[in-house]
Amino acid sequence: MIGWLKKLYYPIQAGHYRLEKHSIGLTIGIICAAMIGGFVEIAPLFTIDETVEDAPDMRLYTPLEQAGRDIYVREGCYACHSQMIRTLADEVDRYGPYSLAVESKYDHPMLWGSKRTGPDLARLGGKYSDDWHVAHLIDPRAVVPESVMPHYAFLADAPLDTASLPARLTALRRVGVPYSDAMIANADRDAAGQAQPDSDGADGVFDRYGDATQVRRFDGKAGRVTEMDALVAYLQILGKLTDAAHQMETAGMTPETEAAQ
Amino acid sequence: MITRFTIAERQASLVLLLLMTLAGLAMAAAGAGDAMGVHGFIVLFASLGLIFVVGGALYDPAPTEDRSRAYYDDPIKVGIVLAMIWAVIAMGVGDWVAWMLAFPDLRFDGAWSGFGRMRPVHTTGIIFGFGGNALIATSFHVMQRTCRARLAGQIAPWFVILGYNLFVVMAVTGYMMGVTQSKEYAEAEWYADIWLVIVWVVYFVLYLRTLARRNEPHIYVANWYYMAFILVVAVLHIVNNLAVPASFTAAKSYSLFSGVQDAMTQWWYGHNAVAFFLTSGFLGMLYYYLPKRANRPIYSYRLSILSFWGITFFYIWVGSHHLHYTALPHWVQTLGMTFSVMLLVPSWASAGNALMTLNGAWHKVRDDATLRFMFVAAVFYGLSTFEGSFLAIRPVNSLSHYTDWTVAHVHAGAMGWVALITFGAIYAAVPMIWRRETMYSWKMVEWHFWLALAGTLIYVFAMWNSGIVQGLMWRTYTEGGTLRYSFLDTMIAMHPYYIARGIGGLLFLAGAVIGFINIWMTIRAVGSDSKVLDVPTESEAGEPAVPVAE
Repeated sequence: MIGWLKKLYYPIQAGHYRLEKHSIGLTIGIICAAMIGGFVEIAPLFTIDETVEDAPDMRLYTPLEQAGRDIYVREGCYACHSQMIRTLADEVDRYGPYSLAVESKYDHPMLWGSKRTGPDLARLGGKYSDDWHVAHLIDPRAVVPESVMPHYAFLADAPLDTASLPARLTALRRVGVPYSDAMIANADRDAAGQAQPDSDGADGVFDRYGDATQVRRFDGKAGRVTEMDALVAYLQILGKLTDAAHQMETAGMTPETEAAQ
Repeated sequence: MITRFTIAERQASLVLLLLMTLAGLAMAAAGAGDAMGVHGFIVLFASLGLIFVVGGALYDPAPTEDRSRAYYDDPIKVGIVLAMIWAVIAMGVGDWVAWMLAFPDLRFDGAWSGFGRMRPVHTTGIIFGFGGNALIATSFHVMQRTCRARLAGQIAPWFVILGYNLFVVMAVTGYMMGVTQSKEYAEAEWYADIWLVIVWVVYFVLYLRTLARRNEPHIYVANWYYMAFILVVAVLHIVNNLAVPASFTAAKSYSLFSGVQDAMTQWWYGHNAVAFFLTSGFLGMLYYYLPKRANRPIYSYRLSILSFWGITFFYIWVGSHHLHYTALPHWVQTLGMTFSVMLLVPSWASAGNALMTLNGAWHKVRDDATLRFMFVAAVFYGLSTFEGSFLAIRPVNSLSHYTDWTVAHVHAGAMGWVALITFGAIYAAVPMIWRRETMYSWKMVEWHFWLALAGTLIYVFAMWNSGIVQGLMWRTYTEGGTLRYSFLDTMIAMHPYYIARGIGGLLFLAGAVIGFINIWMTIRAVGSDSKVLDVPTESEAGEPAVPVAE
């Protein structure tokens, strides 16, 4: 065994002795050695069909929710909140059905996170009232005395930038989110309409994003649309773009059976 | 420093700076009202400032000496000072946000000072500001000495150092203004990313061109690591940052990938930023400064080969261990876990090679804090690579993931390994580069060493405790089969550990400040008269081919 290894070893060392005299040879060697793993692990994720489940009921983020998501990204919420419930019993008991790949299909970028300084938010939608969210964002410690979350009171006074929404939805369509021409053309109107239920814009939101879309004053105030409206609209849709995860749970898929597949 | 440029080089620099000024002006005009406009002004004023520096010396006498007979150390000096400035800033921010997690109102009222915006300021400032500057500066030093050749080019090294720092400045100021992709360790937006690609290509070409003029047939192992660092980081950076801007006059962009593919790409990037930025590059440092300082040859050439190719090949597979039990397909998780465990072999081969090199020089480790920095760094490298392989095992990860255990692991690596090897390398390099006998004060090096070590240990133990406690509390059930602790209960349990972490970080920061003062005083001290044979040469004995007027 040792003798055989020796036979193999010396040519390798002799080869390396020559290789390390050539900078281009080393460069090519490094590129080859370092690219194999990434290619084997990433490329198949785009081609293997089972990677992302089918969810026919999956809907898109409305412009207001996407604007809220952009605020979530801007403030770096991912640093403390995950959006990925793992296939572990205690996580399912604490947060709800474990997350499916399809649920973040339209998430550019994904916000699965890596650290839970605060709790997971993957199924936050509908868990608390809008009022709770607004009060909590304005002063977290007024609602939860032990919280260490920063306050986001400034969102309540910041008017939402809706003018750039058509451009943002266009960029999202370029990276694969199937927004229609009508959705893009009406993006700024839909964003305002979703936060103003009694305005003319509200009807268009139902037409384009479905009757189940939440249309209301998310920040509890009439008048202008604020960043608070957008962020709360986004928080209230988390985990509710599709019902696939709940259906899978009722169909008897436990974390263990899923993991075994 | 400008007097080392020929008149033509000064003119070329001015043209380059003028182009950058125009680019800054265009960004400022197009991005008015957006954070991009602010960045435009930063580019504009930085370029204008440099135009004054170069222009002011435009008609100074041209250099008369043969420059190829001396090493080019000016850019290295600036790189080292910038690395130390970033260290103090980013460690300061890190410790501040650590205290913020214990006392959340310990901040300014502005949106910019929220944890979510300041946290990437800390990570980018440390990884790219402190680590990156140290890597670029030491790579210039190591490359020249091990090739026995001068850097190829007069302007390119400056372009790399200053252009790179412009990237870091744009990144961290962007976060405070809310410009971020929210991709961990790759938060900077599209135009900063494109700028970094340009800088990086110049860096790689500079490296290859300097290697091409080497007077030593073999490329030394430290350079293999620096090359792997430059090459693979380029690939990672480009692929992970593929994005479509919503508008070319604003910062916001959307990443090309989404969901599970984005997650895999991001952790392929994220973990290999650890591998090729925070490991490969710093191993390059270790392979030069540790044997130099100990005055011992590297213990084993074979181990060097084994560990280099092992690290380069294995590391790239392991990113998926950040996504255990998630919606990432099971087979990818298993591959990541398997390679993570195998990775221990080349990692410990490196650490062992470094420690065995110290055989016969242990008395120096005892007496010389600079060498002790590097010794302890090698020990921490061994410990944290072991911990990394362990945490990558799926059932272990079920407990550790999402908790402070990850934070403990990262900081054992970042403080114990990356920062300590960097401080050791800088303390070794500063007297060489500035031509001083020694550092200004060896006592201050000692103080720095013990503060850094104590700070690291306090930090890491605090986070180990809080991580394991929180992980266990999350999964504790009552006899009735319900979860025993609310999330809030676990947060209350974290509080004392968060205070301990703040103290550990403060000690580490104090050490860095002492180091900065010591380096500054060394620079200000009188140079040594002794003629050092530290020049590019074709002769094996290291003697200059002709006497050098330095």
